[in-house]
Amino acid sequence: MLSAPTEAPPLLDIRDLRVELTTARGRWPVLEGIDLRVEPGETVGIVGESGCGKSVLSLSLLGLLPPAMRISEGEIRYEAGRLPREGEEAFRRIRGREIAMIFQDPMSSLNPALTIGEQATEMTRLHLKLTKREAREHAVSLFRKVGLPRPEALLKEYPHQLSGGMLQRVMIAIALSCAPKLLIADEPTTALDVTIQAQILELLKTIREEDGTAILLVSHDLGVIADMCDRIAVMYAGQVVEVGTAEELFDSPRHPYTQGLLQAVPTPAKKREKLLSIPGTVPALHERGAGCRFHSRCAYATERCLLSAPPVVRVSGAGGGAGAGTGAGALAATGAHAVRCWLAAEEGGLPHAAG
Amino acid sequence: MNSGKKITLWIGLTLVALLFVLMAVSLFYVPYGANEMNIAGRLQAPGAAHWLGTDNFGRDILSRIMEGTQTAFSVGFFSVCIGLAGGFLLGAAAGYLGRWADELLMRAVDALMAFPGILLALILVTIFKPSLGQTIIAIGILFIPSFARVIRGGFLQTKEADFVKAARGMGAGHAALIFRHIVPHILSSVIVTASLCFSAAILVEAALSYLGLGVQPPDPSWGRMLNESQAYMSKAPWYALAPGLFITLTVLGFNLLGDGIRDLRDRRA
Repeated sequence: MLSAPTEAPPLLDIRDLRVELTTARGRWPVLEGIDLRVEPGETVGIVGESGCGKSVLSLSLLGLLPPAMRISEGEIRYEAGRLPREGEEAFRRIRGREIAMIFQDPMSSLNPALTIGEQATEMTRLHLKLTKREAREHAVSLFRKVGLPRPEALLKEYPHQLSGGMLQRVMIAIALSCAPKLLIADEPTTALDVTIQAQILELLKTIREEDGTAILLVSHDLGVIADMCDRIAVMYAGQVVEVGTAEELFDSPRHPYTQGLLQAVPTPAKKREKLLSIPGTVPALHERGAGCRFHSRCAYATERCLLSAPPVVRVSGAGGGAGAGTGAGALAATGAHAVRCWLAAEEGGLPHAAG
Repeated sequence: MNSGKKITLWIGLTLVALLFVLMAVSLFYVPYGANEMNIAGRLQAPGAAHWLGTDNFGRDILSRIMEGTQTAFSVGFFSVCIGLAGGFLLGAAAGYLGRWADELLMRAVDALMAFPGILLALILVTIFKPSLGQTIIAIGILFIPSFARVIRGGFLQTKEADFVKAARGMGAGHAALIFRHIVPHILSSVIVTASLCFSAAILVEAALSYLGLGVQPPDPSWGRMLNESQAYMSKAPWYALAPGLFITLTVLGFNLLGDGIRDLRDRRA
């Protein structure tokens, strides 16, 4: 197996993950051949358009997939131990304690019928077996840490009395309450306005630095991802199409989709130009052919792209030079810049997009 | 909220409250003994001594109506309890587990519901010996489908709410998810169903007793009084009027109360 030499096992190691959706008309793969690693303390971003499987991936890590979906192949290793594929009880010990999750919409993620205090103490009482008083004190200290004002009074308030930004801070405090090693943040700032968004991202950075918590950040916002992440995985139609460090992806994107995404970001420099967009939409589950899933929207597509699936090519990084490593594992390897594209497999590769 | 809807709630609340007071009073005081006969004063018209007149045995109708409230309310209360307990078990299991459990349980509930209610109650009462207890059990079973459906619907809806998913993602167990996160949100629709079932229970009890299969004499029951008054309809119309009026007022009160609560809860309607 081609992988970068690492001393400790990665915190999270997803290998060849395949998730299928069962419908009346058959079973469709939602995710295919996902390889991804998260090292302790690392922040990994997952980026892609709506419907490309970002959220399904994050839900599958905690066994929270909807009933119609299931993991059919591959495995997820957490600290070198295999996460169960199914089984509520086995997952429950991990959820919240080892791996915590922050959801997209803080306003609907807290139970409107319970006070903040009741919800903020629920997890520590469950996982850490704290008494009611200890759990309250713990919650208050966490509220201080995430920058919430008057933490004692907040415990007695109901979610509707707080603003979205405050609620997301509460959610983060709850997620951190059992000191998880991995925090999955599924679009944590999408429902918030821009100033609050920046504050929440700042908070996540502080947490990462102070507690060494690894963060898996799922977002469709390249700006957020660029700001936060050490490494980035670009997802398209249920596959990881390119993975690399933030610099590699932003400075020399190798997949046409990544390039397209970057060109579609509005920047002050491009003020007078027409903003580029990628034509078309993500193919639906039953529209994914045998070839490259991006071929219908790709400017460089050839017949080969339509007919056969592109290989995964390691273009740079630990373990070899350009074009050195192919096949499973290349996308997962820590520190490697790898891409799933025919063009990258060729000499010369894809022309670099003009700045 | 417009005032028209609030009026519904207030009328319902007032009627129900008055009937409750009447029941509470009857526990300690009735003008005459409910079974105290007075052959000399048979079928008296309403007057100062007997506000609602007397029946064919010379018993005070007001006293019997008052004691009848106890029967009516206990039938309503206990049958709703049975229906709620059974309905919660079935509905919660179906809604929470979903998939085949949902299919299986809800088809069973459909089968129970497809049966005409009064017929089912009649079957149950005739299998066992007719009595107050049997009547309550029969009516309670009758209500299981209604509660099961409301509770299942609530579970299906609330189970998918973000905060339930979030709680699950944080490691909450089944009991915590059901009782802390889901049940409080379906309570209001359950209260509405309970209120409507309460009035239905009183109506079914009256119907069963009218048919002679519910509460047995000499226990006072509004339905039984209606039955007995039939023979004297032309001679003493007030005899039939009193229980009929009270059945109507009770059913109306609880229905208005139920509708009122529903409107209060559903701000969009």
